[in-house]
Amino acid sequence: MNIETIIKELNLKLRSATGDLKKNISGGYTGDLLSDVMANSHEGDIWITRQVHQNIVAVASLKDHAGIILINSCEPAKDTLERAAQENIPIMVSDLSAFELSGKVYDLLAKKD
Amino acid sequence: MVVWKKLITPVDATDKTPYQRSFYVEGGNFTYAGIVSTSIKSILKQMGLPADVVRKAAIVSYESEINIVSYAKKGVIKLTVDSQTIQIEAIDEGPGIPNIDLAMQEGYSTADQKIREMGFGAGMGLCNIKNYSDTFNISSEIGKGAFLKMIIDRH
Amino acid sequence: MKLREVKEILDAEVIIGEDKLDLEVKTAFGADLMSDVLAFAKAGSLLLTGLTNDQVIRTADILDIAAIIMVRGKRPASEAIVLAKGLKIPILTTKYILFETAGRLYAKGIVGCLEKVDNASGRN
Ligand SMILES: Nc1ncnc2c1ncn2[C@@H]1O[C@H](COP(=O)(O)OP(=O)(O)OP(=O)(O)O)[C@@H](O)[C@H]1O
Ligand SMILES: [Mg+2]
Repeated sequence: MNIETIIKELNLKLRSATGDLKKNISGGYTGDLLSDVMANSHEGDIWITRQVHQNIVAVASLKDHAGIILINSCEPAKDTLERAAQENIPIMVSDLSAFELSGKVYDLLAKKD
Repeated sequence: MVVWKKLITPVDATDKTPYQRSFYVEGGNFTYAGIVSTSIKSILKQMGLPADVVRKAAIVSYESEINIVSYAKKGVIKLTVDSQTIQIEAIDEGPGIPNIDLAMQEGYSTADQKIREMGFGAGMGLCNIKNYSDTFNISSEIGKGAFLKMIIDRH
Repeated sequence: MKLREVKEILDAEVIIGEDKLDLEVKTAFGADLMSDVLAFAKAGSLLLTGLTNDQVIRTADILDIAAIIMVRGKRPASEAIVLAKGLKIPILTTKYILFETAGRLYAKGIVGCLEKVDNASGRN
């Protein structure tokens, strides 16, 4: 399962396409507290959050996340997109809630792995 | 310690007499943050107001209470219930809000790490307050404090 | 589904509310930001969160949340337990992360809730 497939399957809007869209997604992490995500997420995770400020890119980059999906139609801030371009982190937007999106991503990962 | 200040002793909430009560909120003290809104909710529930109206009032009260605890020195939340409306006023002494338009923007927050770790600081509180109020007024004097008034229709 | 099933699906431990396991729940909301919960979570939903402090419990009370599911093995401090007992809010703790907690519940038919966003009704 890679970013490209997940975009298609879940109808995500790609907002920053500079990362590697063929990069494999190995797991998921849902959370809005940066310190928690820093401490507990894993490399290759797709990170699901409603935080939109540029610090999310730093966290995703440090933790080598496959990408970030913003939930509930939250749009990334302008400097978040700039930073995402620099750090090669794909950012996507979904209109689903964190619960529902996590449910669907979990399901997809379980099927395709 | 929380000081419960009753400005006006509760009278029965009949249709003619407005019910009024004020609650003291201590800035910086997260141990009791929310206790006022919990009380307001249970008072409104006891009055037999519709659940969605109680919910709206509780949410706007809670967001303003958390803001007082987070950003001000101290404040008062004043509840008034009359035959038509629920009014909640949040009046605090503190730094005030220098740029109200900016503060009202979703996502804008000056919350520090401590506040964020408690799950606040998304910059959504004032938006929630506005969205859940039928009428919303906010004003502030820099260096003095902030004043919020929320009106929720009972019907 | 009953809270009892939620407990089984999540392999959860009941911290408060053994007597409320027959409660019916249909929807869930997952978040770590309380204003997000306050903006969107429906009354009667499960609240899935990584937070354990008093404010989560107050938020759940304000919104008439059915039960709080604390994820990643988190447990409330003793003061928070006292508060939740007083407010009669069930608390369960699961070792799964929020992502997996949501995944497991979603697979068993619990749906999301977005109270106010307009396109919420258009979801499939
Ligand atoms: N009573 C107040 N006194 C001084 N500043 C305030 C007050 N209330 C809000 N502010 C300022 O306005 C900003 C936005 O407030 P708002 O409640 O919308 O979001 P927040 O408190 O930062 O986060 P959230 O409410 O989502 O947890 C705050 O970060 C703070 O800078
Ligand atoms: Mg706030």
